Amino acid sequence: MAVSAIPLKTPADVVAARELARRMACELGFGLADQTRLATAVSEVARNAIQYAGGGMCTVLGQTGPDERVVVVRVEDDGPGIHNLEEILKMPSLSGRKLGSGLEIARRLVHDFQVHSEPGRTNIALMMRRRIV
Amino acid sequence: MKVPILRLRDILLTSIQVEMSDEDAVAFQTDLLRTLAKTEVKGIVIDITGLSVVDSFLARVVKETATMAQMLGAEVVLTGMRPEVAIVLTEMGRELLGVETALNLEQGFHKIQLLIEGRAR
Repeated sequence: MAVSAIPLKTPADVVAARELARRMACELGFGLADQTRLATAVSEVARNAIQYAGGGMCTVLGQTGPDERVVVVRVEDDGPGIHNLEEILKMPSLSGRKLGSGLEIARRLVHDFQVHSEPGRTNIALMMRRRIV
Repeated sequence: MKVPILRLRDILLTSIQVEMSDEDAVAFQTDLLRTLAKTEVKGIVIDITGLSVVDSFLARVVKETATMAQMLGAEVVLTGMRPEVAIVLTEMGRELLGVETALNLEQGFHKIQLLIEGRAR
């Protein structure tokens, strides 16, 4: 198991966080498309943390199991929370500058997506899986 | 990080070689539009071979830049998009980017000339 973490404060940290996630996916043998899907999803979620919560923390975890390899990226912040979460995740539209578009895009790009949000604590987990053949 | 903008006859050529933060993208947009206004060129070719991620923010900046450039009388073509970036952008929603593209710089150069001729007609 490998873990790395990076604080999210500035726009440059968003780039660093997505590169960290990509590198982990690359090391675990994920293909270019999956690396790019994950990096893009991380970029969306990390930006939200900075924009709406004033910053946060990004943790990247890579794990090799008996028959699959997994990358989990966790983005946490202690901001106001996402009060219209249900609505955002149902949203079919990608247009506009709304918070929802980034979160909804991230959800569609990764294999598994979990979000827990309440005032003072938001925790988003993005997961990519790859079967070992 | 500053992206160099080169002028070749009536076209601006620019190549993004490193990953861009949101700040970089906005600075690049401003720089490009200023250069366009100053040089009065008819077209812009933006090469993105160096970009491994085009997320919703960057896609929107590129789309807006193309719209703004058109308002200033110039056409825009994006070249060198990596296949995996094309895959992910399509999954995110194709309408996100909404700008003319070409496989590489050579084809992009050809395309921008056709677009400029089309506009002149």
